[in-house]
Amino acid sequence: MNWFFHLGRYFILLRKVFRKPEKFVVYRTRFIEEVDSIGLGSLGIVCIVSLFMGAVLTIQAAFNFTSPWVPLYAVGVAARDTLVLEFCPTIVSLILAGKVGSNIASEIGTMRVTEQVDALEIMGINSSGYLILPKIIAAIFVHPFLIILSMFLGLLGGYVAGVASGVVTSYKFIYGIQYQFLPFSITYALIKTVVFAFIITSVSAYHGYNTHGGALEVGRSSTKAVVYSSIIILLFNVILTQLLLS
Amino acid sequence: MIEVKNINKKFGDRAILSSASVLFEQGKINLIIGESGSGKTTLMKCMVGLENVNKGEVLYDGRNFIAMDDREKKAIRKEIGMLFQGGALFDSLTAEENVTFPMTMFSDMSAEEKRERAQFCLQRVNLPNAGKLHPSELSGGMKKRVGIARAIAMGPRYLFCDEPNSGLDPRTSILIDNLIKEITYELNITTIIITHDMNSAIEIGDNIVFIYNGTIWWRGPKEEILKTENPEINAFVYASEFMKKIKKTFS
Repeated sequence: MNWFFHLGRYFILLRKVFRKPEKFVVYRTRFIEEVDSIGLGSLGIVCIVSLFMGAVLTIQAAFNFTSPWVPLYAVGVAARDTLVLEFCPTIVSLILAGKVGSNIASEIGTMRVTEQVDALEIMGINSSGYLILPKIIAAIFVHPFLIILSMFLGLLGGYVAGVASGVVTSYKFIYGIQYQFLPFSITYALIKTVVFAFIITSVSAYHGYNTHGGALEVGRSSTKAVVYSSIIILLFNVILTQLLLS
Repeated sequence: MIEVKNINKKFGDRAILSSASVLFEQGKINLIIGESGSGKTTLMKCMVGLENVNKGEVLYDGRNFIAMDDREKKAIRKEIGMLFQGGALFDSLTAEENVTFPMTMFSDMSAEEKRERAQFCLQRVNLPNAGKLHPSELSGGMKKRVGIARAIAMGPRYLFCDEPNSGLDPRTSILIDNLIKEITYELNITTIIITHDMNSAIEIGDNIVFIYNGTIWWRGPKEEILKTENPEINAFVYASEFMKKIKKTFS
């Protein structure tokens, strides 16, 4: 029952979020601020994680392909498919759920417990729309760029690690990442990214917006935001994969 | 003028307000006093629509706020200014931006006009040089004054203040009290203040409403509250030694 209560309240909140904004100019400014906060603010972690994970994936692939029947370029193919299909859209989104989601929940939660949300309502402003809509739009806009960057850096990390450690040659790795490449893989990854961006921002904002109490509850909301966003991302990962790849 | 008629509010099975009816006059400072948990803040939240009521009416100059749709409520809210207990200033904005915020959202004023109006409001609360400071750089009293400046920025008809003196030293309390008093008379607005501070009640209140266990226990001019023999009111008003001494002196 509790689950249905939250689901219903989540959709009621979303309905309020997508109401017509009071002033587009203000929302546009907020959107740009959020692109900066969500997008540029996450650039560092996305770059670092992608580079190192790409490197590790390549070395692990090479370590597992010991049979002489498996061509060396398969290391590139495995690294590419793992990064493009799963690691970049899903794992990076899970990392962003931790970073961006907790940030959104604690920001809105703090605003709630310090009556800043009430202050917006008293002024006649749709507080949920003002606070949440720019975050959702900004995340949907900027996450695909982060994921494309993550793919590039992951492959770069794999290339550098593979060549430097001598497990694969430069030519074989590049041949591998081009071998039987399906452009739809990118489309699939970007569709997942957009859905995950929406989940991260809306679920985290929901937990922040419904915070009541004090600092302890803000912390709890932040934790819940990360946990629930991650679980829902994993659930939708299965659903979208089934829908798009089967 | 704001009239509250038979407001009932429950949280679960617990009744917070029971048939609360009261009239708040225009151009006067109306104080709501009562013990912690008596329902003062809930009454104010019900009046401004931050809490839904189970039953009853809130009339803003005859317009029933409870029966209005969201659009009409928004229009009424533009006539309301509210000072929150902790100031509720937006952390990411400077004091000046906090004051200009409602103008940015609801007016077509140019940036220069907004700045001028914000400066006027900040000067009115004796903070002409605080415009560039963020809330984290302001003291408690300064935050409340910026809160007042923001509340009056759009020229409200109704001003709500939730414990404007809480956490302030006596001198700053008097400063805030006087500021609210001056603004009320200057703009001829309906001001409603929740307070625990009897000094403040005696100092600036025109009418006082005493809430006890979610009901309007007593209402009248401030002079009367000191004379009443009602035991619940006496227990609240003369709780401090200082007030007991005053009573002794006058009797």
